[in-house]
Amino acid sequence: MTQRTTTQTPTDRTDDRPTNEQATDAEPATDRSGSVADPVIESRDLDVYYGDDQALQNISFEIPEQQVTALIGPSGCGKSTFLRSINRMNDLIDVARVEGDLFFRGKNVYDDDVDPVALRRKIGMVFQKPNPFPKSIYDNVAYGLRVQGEDDGDLDEQVHTALERAALLDEVEGQLDTSGLELSGGQQQRLCIARAIAPDPEVILMDEPASALDPVATSKIEDLVEELAEEYTVVIVTHNMQQAARISDKTAVFLTGGRLVEFDDTDKIFENPEHDRVEDYITGKFG
Amino acid sequence: MSSETDSTTKTDLTDASESSRQPSFEQVSRTKDVAFRWLTLAAALVGIVALAALLLNVLVDALAIFDPANGPWVDWQFLTNPPSFSNPYDAGFFPAIVGSIALMILIALITFPLGVGAAIYLEEYASDGPLTRFIQLNIANLAGVPSVVYGLLGLGLFVGLLNIGFGTLLVAGFTVSLLILPIVIISAQEAIRSVPDSQRQASYGMGATKWQTIRNVVLPRAMPGILTGTILALGRAIGETAPLIMIGAPTAVFGVPNSLFSKISAMPMQIYTWADLPETEFQYGVVAAGVVTLLVILLSINSIAIVIRNRYQTQE
Repeated sequence: MTQRTTTQTPTDRTDDRPTNEQATDAEPATDRSGSVADPVIESRDLDVYYGDDQALQNISFEIPEQQVTALIGPSGCGKSTFLRSINRMNDLIDVARVEGDLFFRGKNVYDDDVDPVALRRKIGMVFQKPNPFPKSIYDNVAYGLRVQGEDDGDLDEQVHTALERAALLDEVEGQLDTSGLELSGGQQQRLCIARAIAPDPEVILMDEPASALDPVATSKIEDLVEELAEEYTVVIVTHNMQQAARISDKTAVFLTGGRLVEFDDTDKIFENPEHDRVEDYITGKFG
Repeated sequence: MSSETDSTTKTDLTDASESSRQPSFEQVSRTKDVAFRWLTLAAALVGIVALAALLLNVLVDALAIFDPANGPWVDWQFLTNPPSFSNPYDAGFFPAIVGSIALMILIALITFPLGVGAAIYLEEYASDGPLTRFIQLNIANLAGVPSVVYGLLGLGLFVGLLNIGFGTLLVAGFTVSLLILPIVIISAQEAIRSVPDSQRQASYGMGATKWQTIRNVVLPRAMPGILTGTILALGRAIGETAPLIMIGAPTAVFGVPNSLFSKISAMPMQIYTWADLPETEFQYGVVAAGVVTLLVILLSINSIAIVIRNRYQTQE
């Protein structure tokens, strides 16, 4: 696989940028090697600020379709911030400010004519702590369909399909009207995944979805993530490097200061990273 | 090292330094601890004792325990008769009870939508700017304004300027609503604020609009808190007398209100009027009967609030 890699450090940033843009303009999408389709999400020189603090600096890379892309890095490196800037959840924070471009299927999501509510209907999200609503399992899964006005079809069928895809149907069949809060933590998180995929988004963002779960529940979530990548593009933030190595196709390494240091195939990142700092991080020398 | 020398050393050590080497765990002085415990207990008891004395006092009077010949003052006749100002044995509380309940319903209808609306605006829509902080500060201040001042406002605004009429149900409703509105807003804000942010995030993450999030996620979760706060505020409202006096509520109302423009009496108002009469039967018996009725209704309202809160809490 010869996916173009974008590496950035403070020193080569200025040199890198023109190359980057040139590459994007010059190479048509088809050129970018056979097995990888068009990038679904493309970040170009993205900066995010919280008030006066810069949380992300000059992030540029492309997230391929129907693969699992992992974002790893130490706490406070900006990986969650990046995830939340994809579906504009950062808009909900008053002090957050975004500069640069973030394209979703070629459309800059920060253009004036983009409604973040409409954007989020194409990009589902799963959070760190399972956060089902205090409603029935059925109503939890149907929530997205209902708020998006897509509940006129066969709602029962859509709910069942989503639960099945989230590998939860077998465990909850026949008790769909019990509260989602009565499930175990791992089941709740799969319920949240079912809720996220029910309206059939194109991308699923996951913000450390297994960090609050026990090992068994975690491994179920990991299996699920790999299955989901057959139909969806998955971007997953994780603290757990083994998890990134197990489930992702691509890995982006963010290091302190909100910089993307390396982005490449997961195998390459974990076996032979270009940057010493990435190697140090991955081998546990810091972070 | 032989075991012999070893044991000798040990013995020597123990003997020589029993007092200095072993840690000491002697009793630490607890005098202040104990004294403070009793002082704080006494502080806690003052309120309870005062309440118990009050309840006992009015109960003894209202039930005429030391004067059993005439029977208790609180009886069916007291609850259903119109008031009397000449014969204490004829005096009834019915118009005042109905007036208070009508007033309470009107106040609930006014304050609930206004209070919840204001709270939703302040918590969910308003950004944290100088205007929001100004509104917030004023609401907090309004909650501390004495009720007699609200009475004055009601008199000037609703009776004087809008000319709705002295002592009518509508004027009383508006005035007391203004009085408890800040309390309703503040308690609704607290209830809305206590909804975990993760729930809102989940909803927004699904592509829900702000209104969908408020309606489907925030309000259902905040509702028990909002209802509890509103009902407790209503409890305060039906105990208010000063604003009613200020807006000219009549001292004697013999019938039940039949429109928003009827002149009304209310329980505390009626009690106040009776307490002014010279006869001791009024001052003790009838007033005590009124107080007991008022307290029973107030406590019932508060228990409804508790039941509602518990029922919603167990659902979650």
